[in-house]
This record gives sequence, structure tokens and C-alpha cells, in this order.
Amino acid sequence: MNNFSLKRDDREPATVISLKGYLDAHTAPELEETIRSLLDEGKVKIVINLNELNYISSAGLGVFMGFIEEIRDKGGDIKLAEASDKVYRVFDLLGFPMLYEILSKEEEALKRFSEMS
Amino acid sequence: MNKITDYKLKIPGKTDNLELIRNFVAGVARKVGFKEDDVSKIELAVDEACTNVIEHAYKNEKDKDIDLAVKIDFNKLTIVITDRGKSFDMKDIKMPEMKKYLAELRVGGLGIYLMKTLMDEVDYVVRPDGKNEVRMVKFFLDQS
Repeated sequence: MNNFSLKRDDREPATVISLKGYLDAHTAPELEETIRSLLDEGKVKIVINLNELNYISSAGLGVFMGFIEEIRDKGGDIKLAEASDKVYRVFDLLGFPMLYEILSKEEEALKRFSEMS
Repeated sequence: MNKITDYKLKIPGKTDNLELIRNFVAGVARKVGFKEDDVSKIELAVDEACTNVIEHAYKNEKDKDIDLAVKIDFNKLTIVITDRGKSFDMKDIKMPEMKKYLAELRVGGLGIYLMKTLMDEVDYVVRPDGKNEVRMVKFFLDQS
């Protein structure tokens, strides 16, 4: 039983990772590995599309926390897009909007990266 | 609702089962009339508590069970989560100060903060029989 999947799409100017299903202590390692591979390839501009993510726990949030410092040190960023109200509430509860840009559309997040470079 | 009803689940403590645990608790909360917003809070708090049991009390050892009991009485839902793993002292757990936490980009340790934020009451006791028990309460408030 594993109701989680992710899709990687190398676009310009950033890589989009689209999450589907639930992100908890069981599924977070898969996202962690994917982001680690991106960093190993030197890709540090990342958009996380949350459109089809219907659940997140602190284990999922921890993945974003775990990489953000390294990514920003390398001139990149993680931007979040298209969160449902339910998922956004968890981000909000932990003060994530102070630390991450959360955009309503994936295209807006990509545009932010264009403006950065 | 004026009589106490109990729903119970005994389940191997592994992360693979978190979805089943959430579905069980959310199902009961929905059945007794909690609104979707509160159902989400209850399922997240229980996920965080069980993740703590699996990762900290059981240290990801296999073949250890978690016991969940959801008790419904006239004004509240009480969830009791019991494990036989390593105990901790709630007093030793510092509540993260969120602004500082985010500023320092620390990883992990958010579970208990979330549980206390999402639920109306959270208690942790080591019982005389050596088992650990997390008890969380959500009151029925204007669920109509």
C-alpha cells in the first residue's frame, strides 16, 4: 500500500516536482532521494507542485527544511505551488509562509525563478 | 450522543501503517460528526503521535504493536495511543519557538508542537505497567 507518487519534470528555469497522494514518515524518503539526486546533478532551482497532494505531516515538511539551507547557499531555492487549503493550513500552522514562497500557480513559481536569474 | 463508545485498533508500529491509522481515526471522527477541518486536525495529531512512537519509542524495530483507542462521550473524543517502547519525559521536550525554529532551519521535532496545537488536550504518561500512553482530547464544539 503506497498512495504516493512523484513526477519530475526538468523545465526552464527550474525543475518541477509534482507530488500526488500523501506525504508522511513513510513516503517522505522518496521525496528526499529525489531532491538529493537533483542537488547531485547541480539543479538547485526547484518548484514543488502540490496540486494533487492531499495530506502532509511534519515528516514531509521536514524534507523541505532539511534541504533549504544547502539549496540557498548554492544560489537556488525551493518554491511551493498549488497547495490545497488543507495542505496550506499545515504549512501555515508551522510558519512556513515566512520561509518559503508559496504561489497559487506553478507558472508563477517558474516566473519567480526567471526574475531571479 | 450520551453513552460512551469505544473504537479500538491494534496495529504493527511501522510507517507503512500510518495511512491505515489515519483512515481509522478520521473515519471515527467523521462518523461521530466532526467537521472536515477538525477531522484533518485529529488525523494529523494522531499521525504525529504514532510517527513518534515508531521512530523514537520503537526506533523503527519491527513487530511492535501500537494500540489505539478512540473513546466518544457526550462532549468529546479522546484518543489513547499506547506503546511498549522507550519512554521519554514530556518535561524534557522543549516546545519549539517557531520564529526561532524557522530562523535556525532546524529539522524534525515538530510533532509534539503540532499535537498540542491541533488538539484541545495532550497528556503523556508512563503507566505503572511500563507502557507509554499519549492521551489527546478534542471537544465537540459547534459541529452542527
